[in-house]
Formats: sequence, C-alpha cells, structure tokens
Amino acid sequence: MAHGPATSSFKNPVVNWLDQRLPIFTMIQKEYGVFPTPRNFNYFWNFGAIAMIMLVTMIVSGIVLAMHYTPNTNLAFNSVERIMRDVNFGWLIRYIHMNGASFFFIAVYIHIFRGLYYGSYKKPRELLWMVGVVIFLLMMATAFMGYVLPWGQMSFWGATVITNLFSALPLVGQDIVTLLWGGFSVDNPTLNRFFALHYLLPFVIAAVVFLHVAALHVTGSNNPLGVEPKGPQDTLPFHPYYTVKDSFGTVVYLAIFAAFVFYAPNFFGEPDNYIQANPMVTPPHIVPEWYFLPYYAILRSITFDISIPFTGLKLIEAKLGGVIAMFGSIAILFILPWLDTSPVRSARFRPIFKKGILAFLVAFFLLMYVGAQTADAAWHLGGLEIPLVYVGQLATLVYFGFFLSLPFVGLIEKPLPLPASIAKPVLGGGASAAGATAKPMEKA
Amino acid sequence: MADTTQTAGHGPGSGSHSGGDPSRRDFIYLAAAATGVVGAAVTVWPFIDSLNPAADTLALASTDVDLAPVQVGQSITVTWRGKPVFIRHRTPEEIKSATDVNVSELRDPQKDADRAKKPEWLVVVGICTHLGCIPLGQKNSDPRGEYGGWFCPCHGSVYDTSGRIRKGPAPRNLEVPGYAFKTDTSIRIG
Repeated sequence: MAHGPATSSFKNPVVNWLDQRLPIFTMIQKEYGVFPTPRNFNYFWNFGAIAMIMLVTMIVSGIVLAMHYTPNTNLAFNSVERIMRDVNFGWLIRYIHMNGASFFFIAVYIHIFRGLYYGSYKKPRELLWMVGVVIFLLMMATAFMGYVLPWGQMSFWGATVITNLFSALPLVGQDIVTLLWGGFSVDNPTLNRFFALHYLLPFVIAAVVFLHVAALHVTGSNNPLGVEPKGPQDTLPFHPYYTVKDSFGTVVYLAIFAAFVFYAPNFFGEPDNYIQANPMVTPPHIVPEWYFLPYYAILRSITFDISIPFTGLKLIEAKLGGVIAMFGSIAILFILPWLDTSPVRSARFRPIFKKGILAFLVAFFLLMYVGAQTADAAWHLGGLEIPLVYVGQLATLVYFGFFLSLPFVGLIEKPLPLPASIAKPVLGGGASAAGATAKPMEKA
Repeated sequence: MADTTQTAGHGPGSGSHSGGDPSRRDFIYLAAAATGVVGAAVTVWPFIDSLNPAADTLALASTDVDLAPVQVGQSITVTWRGKPVFIRHRTPEEIKSATDVNVSELRDPQKDADRAKKPEWLVVVGICTHLGCIPLGQKNSDPRGEYGGWFCPCHGSVYDTSGRIRKGPAPRNLEVPGYAFKTDTSIRIG
C-alpha cells in the first residue's frame, strides 16, 4: 500500500478530496470507464449485466415484500393474499418478484450457455467460471426456499419432495431431513428458517457476484472469436461503447419482463399454489418451477438400481442414484474447464463441439419438457407408445455424454483456422486504421 | 508424533529458540490447535442443534386413537407428528393376500406378522418412502394399485395390503410407527 493521499486529478474538488482518501472514483474510471473490452461483443454479452439488474430487482422487491409477509404456517398464505389485495401496489411488487425470479433464471441460463458456446470457461478464466457456478447454486437454493414462502400446495409439496431427496443418503439421511425440517414434516419451523435463509442468501449472492466481476476484471472478457485481444486495436473502452450496448439490451429485456408482469403474471406459475398448503392431501401432479424441470427430469430418469453385475449386490438404490445424477448434472460444470481439452475456445471454429453443444441444448429443453409431465406420461406416435421416462433417460444420456465426451472431442477434432486477431476479420487485410497507437499485427 | 517433531526440528529458525527442545513447541502447537477445534465444535453445536425438533414439537409426539367406530373394510387417517397415519380395518381377504406372499420376492422383505400387531388392524405412516407424497387408497373409491393397498400418484409406487412396496421407485415399505394397544379397540401411536 502506498502511503499518503493518492494523486487524483478530478475537476470537481469534492470528488478529488474523496478520491484522495478513498480512490473509488479512480477505481470506477479504471474498471468501468476506460476498461479495455474486446470490440466484437455480440448481444449474448448483455446477459451478465442483465442478470445483475435482475438481482437488484429481486432484492429491492423482496425487501418490500418482507415488510408485509408473515412467516407462520397459519398466516403466511393469507399475508400473501393481503399483499395482493390490500397493500398499495402489493400486486405489482409481488408480480415483479414472482416473474423476476423467472427472468433472472432466463438471463442466467443464456449467460451460462454463452459461456459454454464461446468457451469462456477455459484458461485463464476457470476460477471465474467456477465462481459463476457457485452463484448458480446459490440462486437455486434461494429460489427453492422463496417458492415455499407463500405456503400454497406446490410450496408445501415441492418442499416435501426436495427435502426428502436428502433421505436417500445412506445412514444419516433421515437425521439430516429432520434437521432441515426442525420437526417430523415440513412445518412451521421449516417455513421460519426458509424465510430467514431466503432473506440472507441474496446478499451472499451479491457478494459472490462481486468476486465474479473482480475475477472477470483480472482476465478481461472472452469474446465471440475466443481470441485474446492482442493490443489496443482489438479493444474499446467500456464506456461509452458497452455501457450503451448493455443499457440498450437491458431495456429490451425489461420491456419483455414488464409485458409478463402486467399481462401474463401467472404464466410461469402453478394454479395449485393458490390453494393453501394441506399436509394431508398431495396434489395429483407435483411440478417444480420451470427452471428446475431439467434437473427434476434427470432425478426421475434414474428408475433402476445400480448393482454389481451377476452378484445381485445392490450398490446404489434408484432413489440415491437419481439424487446423485441430479446434483452431478450441476457439479460436472465445476470440472468442465478440465474436461475440455481443446485449446480453441469459440464453437465457431470447432465443428464437432458445435454439433455437440446444440445436441446438449436440445436435450436440455427436452428434459425441461419431460420434467413437466406426469411420471407415467407417454408419447403416442401412430400405434406406438413411447413412455416419456425413456425420452428423459435418452436426454439425460446426451446431457452427461456432452460433457464426458469433451476430452475425446478435443483430441480428434480439427479446428477451423483461427483469425490472427479480433481486429483482423473486422477490418480486413489493411488493419492499420485500427488506431495510431496500435502495435503492428502479424500477417495471418 | 515423535516423527514429526524430528523433521520439524530441522526447519529454519527452529534451533534458535531458547529452550531448544522443538518437541515441546510442536506439542504446544498441536495442543492449541486441538483445543481450538474442540472449542469451535462445542460453540457450533448449539447453533446446529437449535435447528433440530424443539421440545414442544417433540411433546406432540404421541396420539391416542379410538378404533371402535371403524368397521371392517374401512380406513381412517389420523395425524401424528404432523404426518398422516393410515389405519385400516382389514377384511379377511386383505389379510390373506398380505400373508400369502413369498416374502423373499419382496424389495423390502418383511412378514405381515411383523408389521401388524393384530392382523385385522394395519397401522402405517401414510407417506410414500420415495419422496414423501401421500399415497391414495384410503377411500374405497381411490385407486389402490394392483395389490389392493395404496398407490402413490406422484411417481407411481404401489403398496400391498400390508403397506409393503411392490412396484415403482420407492425403496422401502410404508413405515410402521411405534404403537401399542391400550384396550382392544384403542391404540396410542408414538
């Protein structure tokens, strides 16, 4: 640390005085003003900023809702209805929070897919990627607990099914479930602790997002070509170029969000959650929120015990197998940077990977569809009946197959020729126009 | 422990301390660290245990049920620890089909006699052992699955007239709670 006031040269004397003692303005200038950013971003690069805006939206709307909500099994459902009917603009704030969760997940899913497609998880951005997976996990935990709070039928039974997943663990499973519940079923203690954690976790997410952005500003952003910037001719200052582009994308996104809030506020919801929780009656069809459906489908796809062949020794019961597969489908993201052995980042230059990731995308949506159907549903093609559980198993295979084949794809794939630099394909052969200070570029 | 002290003794600076014997220093490190770990565990435990069922939750742990009004073939559902308990007054046919099973073929092998204290009364916790849904079958109009017991609509588990798992994803039979007959027609669960 340097001693004495920093040498700040802002025109405004108050800003200057502050900055000499706490250089936040210098930092903002460095990280969001002149910060060198690849010049070739497409609109996929909006979604980090959009996810950040959604996080803020959720925290602001959530704090106001918490001022009207009562976390007690006898009062919770009615307090939510009171927010909807009696609290000034309560309907608006709750619909923002409800649909905000969905739009947060939409933004984050696109953001993650962007990272997958353009190889943003590769060296030197492995830790940046892993911190992102932690954010995703925290988001899932927060969303799950938030969905319990209105204490409707889906809240209650969703909580029952998901907490019961832990009972699949050998030996300690049932004790862990009792510990999670604070009783012998999902009940008032469960609701209370879920509310406390649902309030806490978003701030933990905000802290981890800070780490995510800090790590991003060490390595700099990836870009659609997956080629590192080689000099100033390849970058633009973040402001005004990307502040404007991010603002534009965010406004479009928020317009779509607003359309749902005002015109289809229950589109993503389940009607059963407007029935108060009843521990004595299970709804005929329990479905999680849409953003959990692919993982729910993976859970249900493991319908078989895993045994040692010919001995009949049961290694993993179907129930535990499903739980392992479901958590494994997220955990595999942590080791993705080391599974992918190809030095080329962007799928644009990776013919096999490109097909693989599109198959993965199809499998993901297929799992989402299967997860929304009943366990015994089937497709009828002519006289043929295809149980959806088989479709889910096939899609689960593609999901894991995509990741597990990456080490081999990296070996056998012949990538297309990479451009020499980001500026090169933009400006054609004579790239000298890229700025007087530009380093001379190598000829491709 | 003696091995580590020997190696540690060769580390830079370790010989320069007065008192010389490095094993005493290592012992203090280890003792301090061990005390710290125990102290941390003792401090953390009350916070974790506070999440376990509280005394008032545990106090509601037993329920008395009068069975006299339940006719043969009827079922009732009572609440015990916030969970539904199924009590079925089984018909002779239901008892027969429960006892006529080759136990070794079951996923969770258990004799009917080990599950029902009196053969005409079956008492089980009405929670599917798969993921905690409540199976159907308490009303005569409910689907009961092909073994005449209960059918879970969530993921399709089928239980027989002894509450044993016969088909579907659930790993275990419906749990039999601890209960005792106080008189011939009344029980205490829990």
